[in-house]
Amino acid sequence: MSILGIGLLALVAFWLVENAVKNFNQFLLVTLNGITNGSIYALVAIGYTLVYGILELINFAHGDVFSWGAMVTYTIGVSWLGVASKSGVGLFALLLVALLGAAAFCATLNMAVERVAYRRLRNAPRLAPLITAIGMSFVLSNAIAVFYGFNYVSTNPILPQGAIFTIGHQAYGWDKLIVLLITFPALAGLTYVVKRTRWGKAMRATAQNRDAARLMGIDVDRAISFAFGLGGALAGIGGFAYLVYFTQGRFDLGFRIGLFAFTAAVLGGIGNIAGAALGGYLIGFIENFNSGLTWHAPGPNWTESLVFILLILILVFRPHGLLGESLSTRS
Amino acid sequence: MSAWRLPAVRLPGVPESSRRRVNLTLGAAVVVVLVLYPWFYSMWLQNTLTQWLPDTSTAFTILAFTVMGLGLNFVVGYAGLLDLGYVAFFAAGSYVAGWLASEQFPQVSFILGGTAPHGTPGIHLSPWLVILCAAIFSAVLGVLIGIPTLRLRGDYLAIVTLGFGEIIPQFVNNGDNIAGHNVTNGSFGLNGIDGLGFGNSVHSALGFLPANFLNEADSRWYYWTALLLVAITIAASILLRDSRLGRAWIAIREDEDAAGAMGVPLMRTKTLSYLIGAFFGGAAGCLITLQASSTSPTAFSLQVSIFVLCMVILGGMGNVWGVTLGGILLAYVNYKGLYAAGNTFNSTFGTNVQIPEYSYLIYGIAIVLFMLVRPEGLIPSARRRAELHEEEEEEIATEIAEGAAA
Repeated sequence: MSILGIGLLALVAFWLVENAVKNFNQFLLVTLNGITNGSIYALVAIGYTLVYGILELINFAHGDVFSWGAMVTYTIGVSWLGVASKSGVGLFALLLVALLGAAAFCATLNMAVERVAYRRLRNAPRLAPLITAIGMSFVLSNAIAVFYGFNYVSTNPILPQGAIFTIGHQAYGWDKLIVLLITFPALAGLTYVVKRTRWGKAMRATAQNRDAARLMGIDVDRAISFAFGLGGALAGIGGFAYLVYFTQGRFDLGFRIGLFAFTAAVLGGIGNIAGAALGGYLIGFIENFNSGLTWHAPGPNWTESLVFILLILILVFRPHGLLGESLSTRS
Repeated sequence: MSAWRLPAVRLPGVPESSRRRVNLTLGAAVVVVLVLYPWFYSMWLQNTLTQWLPDTSTAFTILAFTVMGLGLNFVVGYAGLLDLGYVAFFAAGSYVAGWLASEQFPQVSFILGGTAPHGTPGIHLSPWLVILCAAIFSAVLGVLIGIPTLRLRGDYLAIVTLGFGEIIPQFVNNGDNIAGHNVTNGSFGLNGIDGLGFGNSVHSALGFLPANFLNEADSRWYYWTALLLVAITIAASILLRDSRLGRAWIAIREDEDAAGAMGVPLMRTKTLSYLIGAFFGGAAGCLITLQASSTSPTAFSLQVSIFVLCMVILGGMGNVWGVTLGGILLAYVNYKGLYAAGNTFNSTFGTNVQIPEYSYLIYGIAIVLFMLVRPEGLIPSARRRAELHEEEEEEIATEIAEGAAA
């Protein structure tokens, strides 16, 4: 198996190098796009990993919390504050309001989902909360359809589109950089909260050993709730970034992105926060290399299949992912 | 082991033999009503209750989806493996119907007892043979999916199956150019698929058996075929449940490590549950396609997998009768009930709410409520109920023990 794996990796590396040599400008641009898309996956992937780390539950509804983030951003930012027609300092001030609104909304939503649907099943057989999460996912996504309809909501460009620099004939716009400027502080803030605050410490302790944490006086329910809130807030920020960057959203947005982000979390090693971020960026690269490179790329029609094949290969051959411990056979 | 032998459910004061007689009578009555339904519908019901009762075509769809629910019950209910990609087998069965009974491959003209006229281009096998081929193809696919994935447990398996459930429709969608060959006709799907039927030679010998069900006035022959398939699936479910294999599945569901330690071959047993589940899923998918006479990739979404899973959960995981009831009920709601309820609602209140559009909101709420309130489903299997409430019993036992200690 390891020879096969090394061979496969060598093949991918060769393919990348060949593409870079043949058309370096395109390769560079696609890589930069990959960082922007990967940022969004990373934000969502962390929510999966936080919840899995603490409850060993794949929070299937998390992708739909992300969709809600995008839609709430639309309502607050576009409908109420009219950010699509603003520019300059005013634009960024209003965007900050929308960002905080989306993050707060999604944190609350995710905590509410946990309270209503998962808490009662904490001691149930393992498949019960997972099936509930699938049901919850359908509830959340179709609830979006109730409020926003089944079609895309879309808006004029929100972020400044001007070029920072050009590669060959193609421009690298400000909007792509701004997504990174939203993501990186969010990731830094998350790391701070998890590593340095009492709440983060309580959460990590609960993830390590729930009973021991309880004996040490930690309110386990609140720590779990906190993990859901934190993951929800990041999903809200991800939804915000998605909406302002792609300027459209729909009720089933979270299905594809949620699965990609889950793959990212598994790729990085589920339960491991740095791994989830790394996985998110890798998925972003895979998506963009596949659809953007010109030499023997399967093309955008196959992106989902590639990501799922990757997911299956990791789960079967390296279930602990790139940075995590082995979990897949835990019953 | 004896702790697991739960007391059989008895009607109070009714001896075993007469209870069985009641059950048999009830069962026979249900079968008669179901078999005669097309006549009931065309003679009386059509004019009075037509808004609430499905016509034969809808009834056919309901039964075909019930077969899928029963097929998934082998995997989810018996073996306890959560499969979120069951739609893959629907797709497989559907496309086998298209490949073996349409003009998809006009470079060959191969007709073997098909309902198409002589000399038509393409492959046209006898539709009954096509159903069998579809079921076998789908079963092989099930084994191919199962071998690498079945060593994963629980939630990981669910996600991997979901991945396959997404890959296969995408493959079908992009399959108009696999190394230069048009295999699946891409997003257009396959059209002009033959209907089910006995063929001209049988029809000319026995006039009451139609040559091609598609040429009949209504779908009653399709309905009866689906009813037969439901009966076969139920029989297979019961026979397998009570076999050595069925006990092995249940042992794995209850405790995989313990089952392995007792000598149950885990991989083989789990793969067999996939194989059999896929077999019936493929047969049902093929049957649906032989009636719809076309198929396209958009029909195979995660929603279908969840819909079928809903039947199993709602009815009662692991209980054949529960899943049959759940399947018929949910498919009825999906294909008739919601429309009827929506129309009644709108005409009563003068509104224009498209209730069927929100079906998956309703199913989502139903899944959550059932898992929270009654995880064992409408008609639970006694054993499954005991498993799902194990924690509560332990809690009660602990409380009693604590009470005794104090």
